[in-house]
Amino acid sequence: MSAPAVFFYAFGAAAVISALAMVLNVRNTVAAAMSLVVTMISLAVVYVVLDAHLVAALQIMVYAGAIVVVFLFVVMLLNLRHDAFAQRRERLVKGAGVVLALGAAFAFLNLVPKSLPTVQQIPADFGSYAAVGRALYRDFVLPFEISSLLLLAAIVGAVVLAKRRLS
Amino acid sequence: MAIPLEHVIGLSALLFAIGTVGALTRRNLIVILMSIELMLNGANLAFVGFARAWNSVDGHIFVLMVIVVAAAEVAVGLGIVIALFRNRESVNVEDVSLLRW
Repeated sequence: MSAPAVFFYAFGAAAVISALAMVLNVRNTVAAAMSLVVTMISLAVVYVVLDAHLVAALQIMVYAGAIVVVFLFVVMLLNLRHDAFAQRRERLVKGAGVVLALGAAFAFLNLVPKSLPTVQQIPADFGSYAAVGRALYRDFVLPFEISSLLLLAAIVGAVVLAKRRLS
Repeated sequence: MAIPLEHVIGLSALLFAIGTVGALTRRNLIVILMSIELMLNGANLAFVGFARAWNSVDGHIFVLMVIVVAAAEVAVGLGIVIALFRNRESVNVEDVSLLRW
């Protein structure tokens, strides 16, 4: 097994384990947020193995650096007590989970592998900053500009919502 | 090219499933938002895997857009959580039934 494959499987497993730790941790929300950081950083390593270098850098900067920090701020600001799983719907959730898991496993083992394309030889600069930047500023410049509008709306919305009182 | 696409899609499906379970079963609004982030990350991983399989960088652009939307969603969502906590002293979704008939 080559070195990139080792990294892929090791950090993929780390991402899944820390994701489970986040979802199953009912005592401590801060610890759940830290598990989310581990998931994000493991996924960044997986992106590097899959030749998505710009995406990996943004994953660390935006997700692990900004989004999870905002989560931690809010958790500490609100000083939360422990929370539990939904009590009354446990049986429904379990039944639906079993059915969905069996269906998904069946689909994945039987249908998906036949329909997937085989990975071709990719050029050396695939997913580099230059290649993604070229696509972003030539073919996708309008969505790029519109996303700045979305972020502006989100900033204004967050300030309005979290402000104590509007005068 | 050691890693087959099936394994990338499998990992992405696993992360998406874990996020779905968290969003459906947890009652803490903040943890539900975190689980939604996990689902978005599963989708991102699928985009990256398919981009490599088809030798096209467009999938990476989609991932950038998803990251932008996720950041906006977290900012507004946590603003709502703070406003809610100020009014109700709780972030349990069972306490928030204003729109339920």
